[in-house]
Amino acid sequence: MMETERLIRTLALDAPRAAPMGRAWAVALAAALAGAAIVFFSVVGPRPDIAAAAETWRFLYKFVVTIALLAASLWALAALARPGGMSPARLAALLVAPCLLAASVLIEVAALPSDQLGPRLLGNNALLCLTFIPLIGVGPAAAFLLALRHGAPTSPALAGAVAGLAAGGLAATFYAAHCTDDSPLFVATWYPMAIAILAAAGAAAGRLVIRW
Amino acid sequence: MEGKGETDLAGLLNAALRGDEHAYAEFLRRAAGLVRRFAQRRITHGGIDPEDVVQETLLAVHLKRHTWRTDAPVGPWLFAIARFKLIDAFRKAGRSIEIVMEDGFDAPAPEPEESASEREIGRALASLPPREREVVSAISVDGLEIGDAARALNMTEVAVRVALHRGLARIARNFGQG
Repeated sequence: MMETERLIRTLALDAPRAAPMGRAWAVALAAALAGAAIVFFSVVGPRPDIAAAAETWRFLYKFVVTIALLAASLWALAALARPGGMSPARLAALLVAPCLLAASVLIEVAALPSDQLGPRLLGNNALLCLTFIPLIGVGPAAAFLLALRHGAPTSPALAGAVAGLAAGGLAATFYAAHCTDDSPLFVATWYPMAIAILAAAGAAAGRLVIRW
Repeated sequence: MEGKGETDLAGLLNAALRGDEHAYAEFLRRAAGLVRRFAQRRITHGGIDPEDVVQETLLAVHLKRHTWRTDAPVGPWLFAIARFKLIDAFRKAGRSIEIVMEDGFDAPAPEPEESASEREIGRALASLPPREREVVSAISVDGLEIGDAARALNMTEVAVRVALHRGLARIARNFGQG
């Protein structure tokens, strides 16, 4: 038999308390960065002409988009780990990166002659992009899911998907330093596909492993 | 009223997080009352005992109390957990009712009040490894203090505390699997 009053007394006697969420996220972020860096530098590495590329807006703008995605997903993720913590502002922030990307596509379409659009969109690295972003992101996604498990997400699938988005943002930031296809047309076509793979895997994993 | 209750609740939980056992018990008692009303209002048919939802919510509140932001109100956090546990209970009940209907029986009548021995958490005790089960049941069922439980089971107090914490966490995890 266990009456509620007995349960309360028992819980009050059970002192140990888990580490605060802030620390869990700090550990997860450090592990995610380390994991992504190890895969990136051991498998692909930065492009050889990175110094010259860093003087073009198209190259730099890739990081604006991927870092915006990373920041917004981490901000949403922290709230999704706490019951009742999610706010409309944090959900809306997830739209910043797609909007930035859409704006750059419009500029690119206006700037390029029309016979250039197709080749720029297809680029030379589409398959590489679809392979390496998920590969670099798989470790970070696992780290973020572990931190979520430490928390208490009331929407496990959504939280897992956003963990995948954050991992995708981080992986895309690394991958962008390798890829020579800088056109917003390429970025807007292939990066979201690669990141969606991580988000879908994150949602599925979230449903499976986030139980509390 | 609402605002004052909220301030009291946050104050109690903050004191509890600083190690005040009595404040914590008082916090859990008030939280139980709030969740009980919340669950009773939403459970309109048999098959789910609101008190099971109360107990599973308290256990989750306990194990996940580090997810409360100390500067945030307690209410939204507490009710988000209660809603999560209530949905879980509906999901499990729906599943078992489906099975019952396939077999051609009526849905079982709600358990009478005095069958508190059949509470979900009480049942979950049986699934624990022996040492954890002995410790959790000595404290929660027999009502022993940590020290008395340690003497009765011939364990150190530290070992009792560890087994108690692991046992409670395992019960919560087993619920989550269901």
